[in-house]
Amino acid sequence: MNRKYLAAPFSLWMALFTIVPILLVAVYAFTDAGGTFTLENFSKVLDPLYLGVLLRSVGMALLCTLICLVIGYPAAYFLAKKEIDPRGALVLLFILPMWMNFLLRTYAWLALLESNGLITSTLNRLLTLLGAEGEVRLLYSYGAVLMGMVYNYLPFMVLPLYTVLSKIDPRVVEAAQDLGAGRAQVLSRVVLPLSLPGVASGVTMVFMPAVTTFVISRLLGGAQFKLFGDLIEQQFLFTGDWNLGSAMSLIMMALLLLSMGLMKGFGDKEERGQDA
Amino acid sequence: MKRLPVLLASLLALALLLAGCAPAKESITVYNWEDYICPEALDLFTEETGIQVNYVRFTTNEEMYIKLARGGASYDVAFPSDYMIERMITNDMLLPLDHEKLPNFSNTSAWLQDPDYDPGSKYSAPYMWGTVGILYNTKMTGGPIDSWEAMWDEKYQRNVLMMDSVRDSLGVTLCSLGYDLNTRALTELEQARDKLIRQRESGVLLAYGVDEIKDKMANNEAALGLVWSGDAITSIDINPDLAYCVPKEGSNIWADGMVIPKTSKNPDGAIRFIDFMMRPEIAAMNSEYIGYSTPNDAALALLDDDLVSDPTFNPSPEVIARCSFFHDVADVADLYDRIWVEVTAN
Repeated sequence: MNRKYLAAPFSLWMALFTIVPILLVAVYAFTDAGGTFTLENFSKVLDPLYLGVLLRSVGMALLCTLICLVIGYPAAYFLAKKEIDPRGALVLLFILPMWMNFLLRTYAWLALLESNGLITSTLNRLLTLLGAEGEVRLLYSYGAVLMGMVYNYLPFMVLPLYTVLSKIDPRVVEAAQDLGAGRAQVLSRVVLPLSLPGVASGVTMVFMPAVTTFVISRLLGGAQFKLFGDLIEQQFLFTGDWNLGSAMSLIMMALLLLSMGLMKGFGDKEERGQDA
Repeated sequence: MKRLPVLLASLLALALLLAGCAPAKESITVYNWEDYICPEALDLFTEETGIQVNYVRFTTNEEMYIKLARGGASYDVAFPSDYMIERMITNDMLLPLDHEKLPNFSNTSAWLQDPDYDPGSKYSAPYMWGTVGILYNTKMTGGPIDSWEAMWDEKYQRNVLMMDSVRDSLGVTLCSLGYDLNTRALTELEQARDKLIRQRESGVLLAYGVDEIKDKMANNEAALGLVWSGDAITSIDINPDLAYCVPKEGSNIWADGMVIPKTSKNPDGAIRFIDFMMRPEIAAMNSEYIGYSTPNDAALALLDDDLVSDPTFNPSPEVIARCSFFHDVADVADLYDRIWVEVTAN
């Protein structure tokens, strides 16, 4: 039975609140303040000044994604291996922070990382005990921004990995063991390849918000390490140059589409490999 | 910073607006800064006039301007700052004020009755004013500060907070170089830009902030911070080690005014609101509540002597004389924008 009409509300929603706004962004990007066609906005973004910021944003996002993967994979593996009971509770612990708005959580880090804050002052007391000279300052650095990003986006990596890993049939692993594979071999030849679709979606889910980050860099970086997202916000809210802001957004969207395409190709290939 | 609450508040206000549409009760929509009025003053206004007040908030002049300029919502009274009032007058967005309906305007201090951003107060009535200066921790500086150069002094490693706003941070840097803070001269702006970059590279700068500067200063997180005088009063209240100065090289002085946008649906209600806000006891109530200086001489007489004699709250005419208002530089906005990206994103 054809029930496509059930999707109508969703299609309408998408058209109204996703497609139309994107078209509006495109119109703004290709026009000047007076509304005539121009490519000037794009040539402005291609200025080394803005490109440098874009490159740095991509670099930060890649680093953030890598760290999330390195921390998130073992965590998800451990969660998936746990037998039933505490598992739900542990997964809940991962999701729990997401119930709170990310802005509030980032504000909390602002208080924790400042010089008289819990983390920095404890660390400094410890260092003094160990005889180290000087004082460590954590807030308002690249490290603080990166930490804020990893903290906020880690659940997006863990959850898809957990889903994929917990669905791996234990008999497959047993079969590998029966056939004489060691623990490392089971992991590298069986579990890892089977979990690649989860890696692909986790990487996409983290990379996308990470590359468009804006508030985290302003709060934890003290507005000194502005990322591309900050520049877009600045155009819309402070300078009021919506045309340039739209051109920046469009370039960002193209970049995301490209990276999603890459990851999708990667995920598809894996699935085909599985079927074969 | 407070965008989410603002959004929620706007949604709530919208909901109230829609809900309030059914019976035709007279109302006005007031668009003011976050945390910038004594709530009781609004109740008193409604009690006396029967006019309901829909109160909506913004966090920056630019945000307010974009909302008003791009249409959509209609506001009856808005509270822009000096240079923004100038821009709105230039763009023909304001209704002239009928001074016959503003008997309380005569309470306004003489020097603010005819401000250079709105000659003759044709379109705006001043609401609050203040200065920009250095809030400093006397324990960390070891003595008083009187010059902008302190904010570049390399003994304060990672101890200086500047504002995340190009007009303010660049403006005081121009002052420190002896230039006009409204300059359009490229060489002067570039010198100021380089000076700001040097402040970062020498390691003096801790961060650029907005609302958090006053909290960081109160928590002894930095030695010097660029702040508005009202925030200085709040922080000094919490932390008595702090002091405030308007440097000798001059600084920015600002005033926020009340205006009626052309899109107003109830300009009569709006002007009654503006006059009500200029009553001495209401102006005193607001000034006491938010800590900024009132432009209302009659209100000053009602305020606590301690407050009135505080030079942060009520600076001397000499201090006022060495400060200047911001003027609109919208025609070179992309130059300012680029400078700010060069300073903060490299």
